[in-house]
Amino acid sequence: MPANRFNGFTEYGVGIGLRIPHYQHILTRKPLVDWFEIISENYMIDGGRPLQVLDQILDQYKVVQHGVSMYFGSVSDPDPEHLRRLKRLVNRTKTPWLSDHLCWGSVDGRYTHDLLPMPYTWEAVKVTAERIRGVQDFLEIPVVVENVSSYAEYHVSEMTEWEFLNEVVERADCGILLDVNNIYVSSQNHGFDPFSYVNAVSAERIAQIHIAGHSKFEKYILDTHDHPVLEPVWQLYARTIERAGPTATLLEWDDNIPTFDEVHAEALKANRFLHATAAKISAPVSEFVFQGAAQ
Amino acid sequence: MSDLLELQRRFAAAVMHPLTKNETMPRRRRDGVANTSEAAALIKPNDRLTGFERLEIYNRQYWFRLYTSFEEDFSGLRAIMGSTRFDRLMRDFLTECPSESFSLRNLGSQLEKWLLAHPAYLEPRSQLALDMVRLEWAHIEAFDSGEDPLLDADDLASIDENSRLHLQPYLRVLELHYPVEDLLIELRNEAGSSDSSSNNASVARKTRHVRRVAMLPPEQIFLAVHRHQNSVYYKRLDREDFRLLQLLLSGAPIGQAIDFAFEDSVIPEDARGPWLQQIFASWSTFGWFTQ
Repeated sequence: MPANRFNGFTEYGVGIGLRIPHYQHILTRKPLVDWFEIISENYMIDGGRPLQVLDQILDQYKVVQHGVSMYFGSVSDPDPEHLRRLKRLVNRTKTPWLSDHLCWGSVDGRYTHDLLPMPYTWEAVKVTAERIRGVQDFLEIPVVVENVSSYAEYHVSEMTEWEFLNEVVERADCGILLDVNNIYVSSQNHGFDPFSYVNAVSAERIAQIHIAGHSKFEKYILDTHDHPVLEPVWQLYARTIERAGPTATLLEWDDNIPTFDEVHAEALKANRFLHATAAKISAPVSEFVFQGAAQ
Repeated sequence: MSDLLELQRRFAAAVMHPLTKNETMPRRRRDGVANTSEAAALIKPNDRLTGFERLEIYNRQYWFRLYTSFEEDFSGLRAIMGSTRFDRLMRDFLTECPSESFSLRNLGSQLEKWLLAHPAYLEPRSQLALDMVRLEWAHIEAFDSGEDPLLDADDLASIDENSRLHLQPYLRVLELHYPVEDLLIELRNEAGSSDSSSNNASVARKTRHVRRVAMLPPEQIFLAVHRHQNSVYYKRLDREDFRLLQLLLSGAPIGQAIDFAFEDSVIPEDARGPWLQQIFASWSTFGWFTQ
């Protein structure tokens, strides 16, 4: 199921995040890239160079919007100005779907600019799903929510993270951007089997996948997006597309950004798994078990 | 109050509270609340980290992210103040004025107002520092504000003294007391250069630049901060240019703006007509007049 209603029935292949250090390379060399993901907030402005570059990119490439400050899990209502600017950008980019995070980050009108972890409670399910529905109705395009990496768990949680994710997307009737690096990071920080997570997620709702690198510290792992993708994350990726089918995949690289070609080459490693999965799906019998993958 | 709202308020209060001098989460907050007990009440420990240590990760992330953004926006102010005093200002400002916008772009929007209410932070170079804050904020606004369609020939032909001219949303005019734009250009050129000299040498050069400007006698400077082909430029203005633009930007009719521009002007009466023609032509070339 490469295309579904949650990604606007598109088949987007492997994309990379559009980042400022690569602007010049992309505009002058025009490399072959399936699609670019943009951070919506960087372009929710009234004018200037970022929008000019975006328009040049839009002339030649497919673009998908990814947000970092909608905070679906915040109790406070979204800022109307935020929504107005976001919709204007959606109209500009014609993004087939829009993603943001399953987290909270603002309260009482004050913004932390961080992706703070949700308490996995029934109240949070209800609040978050209602807010996603509201945003989806306003924007009139499919919304997909991304699982975040986390470093803390709450005493009040009443379910696992993957149960929470499934409940929210079911009630909101939205898609999932499954970040397999985030799953791995959280699994190491909280001590769960990452394959339990991947195996439990509503596969039919997965609209997009994120892959990225992370950094290991003495007592925890941090989601830094400043390394190549590590092998355990590729394993989770392989298992995800085995369940969901070849799905639009994006490599995130946000810090210590290497050359465009290096980032692109790292992203294209996903094709190894996408092609293998596509071949197995078309084959009559499939025996495709990854190490550590709970069945 | 909902349980979720209460949790978010308590978590945010801990995360947005300033770090200690060692950049760790304080055990007790300024309001007397113990972070240790708050963390224990909210956050589960694991086999490697206490609840306090897990909450501290978010506390540190919050401040490091804001500091990075603020330092990038106000690198000129940092050069003037020095890192120790700048860090104190940054911490106290962001504690009193946390972000109220979905975008970090607006993090410094209240800085000038806050500094006017807390002038002690800028001493002894108060005027120089305040000028730099105004310039750096104007630069941010000029960089990404909108650009309206230009006036066409018919529009221009129909203008009279009662017309109100619209100017580009990215145009800002400033009255300054030091040539801070020269200083900021030097600092930015240096930051963007491929000079591989040591950080110490770079700091020494910055200090020299700042000292040189600070030693200059105060001088009234009028400046337009504007955008051309998506780059931000600083253009020195005469007193009359500044006063004219200032009033036009406030929405005053042209006639009133011209009268204001020539109040106490040294430009002779008979030279004012050609002067006006010349500056209007020049500003039109810049694309400042809009529909």
